[in-house]
Amino acid sequence: MGANDADSPQGAANGVKDDSVAADHRRAFEALGAVALTGAITLPFTGLIGSLAIAVAAGLFQYYSSGDASHIKRGSWQPIAVPQIVRTLHPKLKGAIAAVFLLLLPLLLLQRYQIEVLTLGLLYATLAIGLNYIVGLCGLLVLGYIAFYAIGAYAYALLNLHFGIGLFAAWPLAMLAGALAGLLVGLPVMRLRGDYLAIVTLGFGEIVRIVLNNWDAVTAGPNGIMGIARPSLFGWKLTSPSAYYILALLLTCVAFYTQSRMIKSRIGRAWEAIREDELAAAHCGVPVVKMKLLAMAMGGLWAGAAGALFASRMTHVSPESFTFLESVLVLCMVVLGGMGNPIGVSVGAVSLIVLPELLRGAAGYRMLAFGLLLVLAMRYRREGFLPMRRLKLAGGN
Amino acid sequence: MFLQQLINGITLGCVYALIALGYTMVYGILQLINFAHGEIYMLGAYLGVIGLALLQAIHFAPSSPLVLVLTLALFAALIAALWGITIERLAYRPLRGAGRLAPLIAALGISIVLQNFVMHSQGAREKIFPALWAGSGYIFGNTRVSAVQLLIIITSAVMMVGLTLLVQKTRIGTAMRATAQDRVMAQLCGIDANMIIAITFAIGSALAGIAGVLIAAYYGMINFYIGYQAGLKAFAAAVLGGIGTIPGAMLGGLLLGLVEAFGAGYLSSQYKDVYAFLILILFLIFRPGGLLGEQLAEKV
Repeated sequence: MGANDADSPQGAANGVKDDSVAADHRRAFEALGAVALTGAITLPFTGLIGSLAIAVAAGLFQYYSSGDASHIKRGSWQPIAVPQIVRTLHPKLKGAIAAVFLLLLPLLLLQRYQIEVLTLGLLYATLAIGLNYIVGLCGLLVLGYIAFYAIGAYAYALLNLHFGIGLFAAWPLAMLAGALAGLLVGLPVMRLRGDYLAIVTLGFGEIVRIVLNNWDAVTAGPNGIMGIARPSLFGWKLTSPSAYYILALLLTCVAFYTQSRMIKSRIGRAWEAIREDELAAAHCGVPVVKMKLLAMAMGGLWAGAAGALFASRMTHVSPESFTFLESVLVLCMVVLGGMGNPIGVSVGAVSLIVLPELLRGAAGYRMLAFGLLLVLAMRYRREGFLPMRRLKLAGGN
Repeated sequence: MFLQQLINGITLGCVYALIALGYTMVYGILQLINFAHGEIYMLGAYLGVIGLALLQAIHFAPSSPLVLVLTLALFAALIAALWGITIERLAYRPLRGAGRLAPLIAALGISIVLQNFVMHSQGAREKIFPALWAGSGYIFGNTRVSAVQLLIIITSAVMMVGLTLLVQKTRIGTAMRATAQDRVMAQLCGIDANMIIAITFAIGSALAGIAGVLIAAYYGMINFYIGYQAGLKAFAAAVLGGIGTIPGAMLGGLLLGLVEAFGAGYLSSQYKDVYAFLILILFLIFRPGGLLGEQLAEKV
């Protein structure tokens, strides 16, 4: 089932007439290859099991072979067992300890590569927290979320290119652009049923990508915009991986804090009511349309913020960073992490970025494993790995 | 120019319609958007290439290319139907009654798995499907209808008439319609709903498999990611016609093919993928039931 066999059906299909012995051998070999492949492709069950086997084998091989993964210290990602004493700490103290630990992490991780992977993980955590407003809290299925990220990234890229605006000044504008895009998509489709909304947003995501790819005059087409400025703070240019790590961490923390506050507020309860039963919520006086639009705008806002940081980190944006697959990836972070729970979705985001990095080199197979993980997670752990806990009513009985 | 685009549009539309039928039938019964359906179509195209290689390996060389393509289509339809049943059994049936989000995400997962599985087992490069009717065709004025286009249009028409008869006239069709209307009631009347759902998946997947073989013969070149775009567009076609209705899927497919062909011919071919989505979005906003669908209010 390797790449060597891949050409055999085509070779045989061309039906080259050649009477020499060597050609006979070759044809026999091709036929054999075709039969083997057909066995794999034509029997659905073997096909699915086979792909599972490929994914598992590739992962295991990659983990135990000392080749490509040697630059990653084995065991450095071991999950830490939570001691009993941590559980008894005050939540605010716990949060502070976690924040200090995360801030100091670049000092502990001396390898540039590890810091960069974590930065990417934090960027995606911001995205996942943003999508959590829409999917996790409000229960609207949006499949084109990456379009808002793209809009934020291009907003900063264009502002920087044409007006020379730095990241910190452009950040609010990029967030505004993302939020407006969220409203723009949300406004006409609020009355649609769940899966129709999914399709409209999917179509929106595709349209944004195709337009970015073809509108040469503004977006420079498939090449994208290059030479975007890195941020600078009081004349001090932030270029080191650690600086980006801390920026991304701050962004994630703000996004996280905002969301956990909002969940506990009246708005958060309204979102949950809509998610559980829209009709009942409407009858209880929840302004359904307003709340849904607010969720869309909040989602777009954080995607825009993450997009701007992404653009300045890469100094280059192009449409190929914003494919449908990225939307699916963020959705998976939310769903697998635990819908509605900001801790869950952040952990989901960081692990979905970090885990594949551990299996680097098996790069081609990780999508296969990813797809299987989605199917299996839906089958065996639908509510995600860190599901949202219900809020307790204040003074309830 | 106009006639040529019309012919191209109808050809493309027939293929979209064949795929859209699978979406609409599954949606009609399960209210599930079967995202993996586009990948079944992609598998169908690969099965066409593999089938050709197999036929040559056993030295079976039919005299006319027509018989050859129909044999391949039959082969692809059978295998694709098996895939459809397997996917339903393994990924969707366990999630029945688990809301809408879970099966949709499982479908996305299956779609990713199939794409990557085919990429790894068949190679990432494009596969060639040999031209069977080199240079032949019928020329009316300055419009050329190739033999493959004719084949696609006729095959699709036959398939659609056959499906309509199956759904309207046979016992299985009656059972399918009953299950779509009210699954519990149908079960109480002695219909094996699981069996009917499996049959629905099998029929839809078989049609998509045939569409795959036809498109391989039409374009002469296939790759592992053709299923994504075609699947989305076919879904758009199903919604356009009114999802859940079988004539709607056919009409929607044809319309979408025509829009794409004329849009590419007269406006700009760079944006040809945008037209389909734009029409889809406009339809969903202003007439969410589609052309032939019922305008349903949200169920309580």
